[in-house]
Amino acid sequence: MSTLLEVSGVTVSFDGFRAINNLSFQIAKAELRAVIGPNGAGKTTFMDIVTGKTRPDTGQILWGDKSVSLIGMSEARIAQAGIGRKFQKPTVFEEQTVQENLLMALRKDRGPLAVLFFRPSRADLDRIAELAAQIGLTDTLPRVSGELSHGQKQWLEIGMLLAQEPQLLLVDEPAAGMTPAEREKTTAILVEAAKTRAVVVVEHDMEFVRRLNCKVTVLHEGAVLAEGSLDHVTKNQDVIDVYLGR
Amino acid sequence: MNRSFVVRNPSVLIFLVLLSLFTLVVTILSEGFGVGLLSTSFVKVLGKTLCLCLIAIAMDLIWGYAGILSLGHFAFFGLGGYMIGMWLMYERTRQIVENALSEGVLPPTPEEISTGIGNQIFGVVGSSDFPLIWAFADSLVLQLAFVVLVPGLLALVFGWLAFRSRVTGVYLSILTQAMTLGLSLYLFQNASGLRGNNGLSGLQNLPGVTAPQSVVSLWFFWASALALGLGYLLVAWVVSGKFGSVIRGIRDNEARVRFLGYSVETYKLAVFTLTACISGIAGALYYPQAGIINPAEVAPIASIYLAVWVAIGGRGRLYGAVIGTAFVSLVSSWFTGGQAPDIDLGFYAIKWVDWWLVLLGLSFVLVTLYAPGGISSFVDKLAGKTMEADR
Repeated sequence: MSTLLEVSGVTVSFDGFRAINNLSFQIAKAELRAVIGPNGAGKTTFMDIVTGKTRPDTGQILWGDKSVSLIGMSEARIAQAGIGRKFQKPTVFEEQTVQENLLMALRKDRGPLAVLFFRPSRADLDRIAELAAQIGLTDTLPRVSGELSHGQKQWLEIGMLLAQEPQLLLVDEPAAGMTPAEREKTTAILVEAAKTRAVVVVEHDMEFVRRLNCKVTVLHEGAVLAEGSLDHVTKNQDVIDVYLGR
Repeated sequence: MNRSFVVRNPSVLIFLVLLSLFTLVVTILSEGFGVGLLSTSFVKVLGKTLCLCLIAIAMDLIWGYAGILSLGHFAFFGLGGYMIGMWLMYERTRQIVENALSEGVLPPTPEEISTGIGNQIFGVVGSSDFPLIWAFADSLVLQLAFVVLVPGLLALVFGWLAFRSRVTGVYLSILTQAMTLGLSLYLFQNASGLRGNNGLSGLQNLPGVTAPQSVVSLWFFWASALALGLGYLLVAWVVSGKFGSVIRGIRDNEARVRFLGYSVETYKLAVFTLTACISGIAGALYYPQAGIINPAEVAPIASIYLAVWVAIGGRGRLYGAVIGTAFVSLVSSWFTGGQAPDIDLGFYAIKWVDWWLVLLGLSFVLVTLYAPGGISSFVDKLAGKTMEADR
């Protein structure tokens, strides 16, 4: 399998504190990966770097078949290149309907003029109906998304990511605050999505990671501590010391 | 703008119908064409109010929808006024000077005419030379184009610098205040070429027009009503589709919109520039009705009033901006125009000219505390719909 994203030797410091320390990370085109680590391990900073929110001090980030460098590209350009991000807290546009949220995320020309004259076609509406079915929000399409439950907002946000048709999905703690049934459904959505694209899930919850049943990368103090199956990494003495032992 | 747009937004249709009815009623009651119940000066007040409603719609687009609290839009309004004022003043002065000189024995040379006009216009600032910025003042077409282009260009440059540096929130508001203050201070200088603190005057007299003010005032009233109607239609259309979704998204969560792949800065710049152009048009219609424009018009306070009108009317709903502006500015001119009876308390007399500001401030605080949706939230209740219906 060819590499989709390659992060090599990346370091980021905030006021002298090294949030990311010589981090290297690779992910293939259709792969599900869980990234775990204690608080302050650099998980969110890692996402910030890949999505262009934070600029690394040193290191390289190469993207796609042509190995384009993502460093220096704006967040919007990186998103257009095919990287979608889901935040820890569900961030949907609460004053707008589920349909409007999905329509905004749909993979289309993002230029102001194109957007100004855009009116959804039959095919666009069909695609939205399809996405809504996938995330289980068919009945709530005309509702204002602020009225949705916490779990539904999380799914809507995942649905918006899928609507973007990204090649890489970065998902920050999708199961936080969900009921067991909601978690199960979230797992299914993510596993399904990873069949056709790369999905990186940052997660605290070991039980949830076990359900994802995928390769795990353990971060600690801004660097990769261990990588492999969940069983493999949980047997690693370093991992037990810094993370599981707590 | 197809039919479905109006059908999906009944408030647009209702607004346009009410505006047409209002225009008709004012025309019938006017001195110029009707029974004469409304004085010409009152028709001018109403016409000016329509122009203020137009800039309020622009303010609602940039603040209510895109979430950018600009406190500098009166700079664009004033620039629009100056641009049309330059032509009005030049052309009228030229006609007067040519008439005066033609009574002489020899026909006047172009230099004599030019110096004559220059003396008339710039005598108050001790000059008779035309500054460079008056180069096109003899062309109505160009000055009309400048009404849109000059505010648009200023907004484009200012916005590009500000948004590219990701200046947001209160810092952006302060920058826009600085912009309008800077423009005002610049215009106050005699060397600015726009007659310093004298400003441009006599703008109510249209060159070559012999019709009385009672008729001219109606022409401008109609033009203002037309501009307001078209502006309302345009802005309602802009916010109705996905563009509206994106800018409301920027207002509510800028970072999220960015990660969806939208260039937030480009959208902000587009909205800022569009609203500046609308403000310029509003100003170009306002000042010929006011008759005079001077640098005090673009003082920072004017733009703050604009924000207050829109807040009192209700943000994020275009009719809210119109209701708030019409209501507050008309009440304001009633209180400050000396019509409101003073209240004599014996030991102290409440003079409304002084106390109106206190009343305005108080009502702003009360609206913020008890009716965050503004006056128009009562309209929403009357119409039996919730706030989200027209978003």
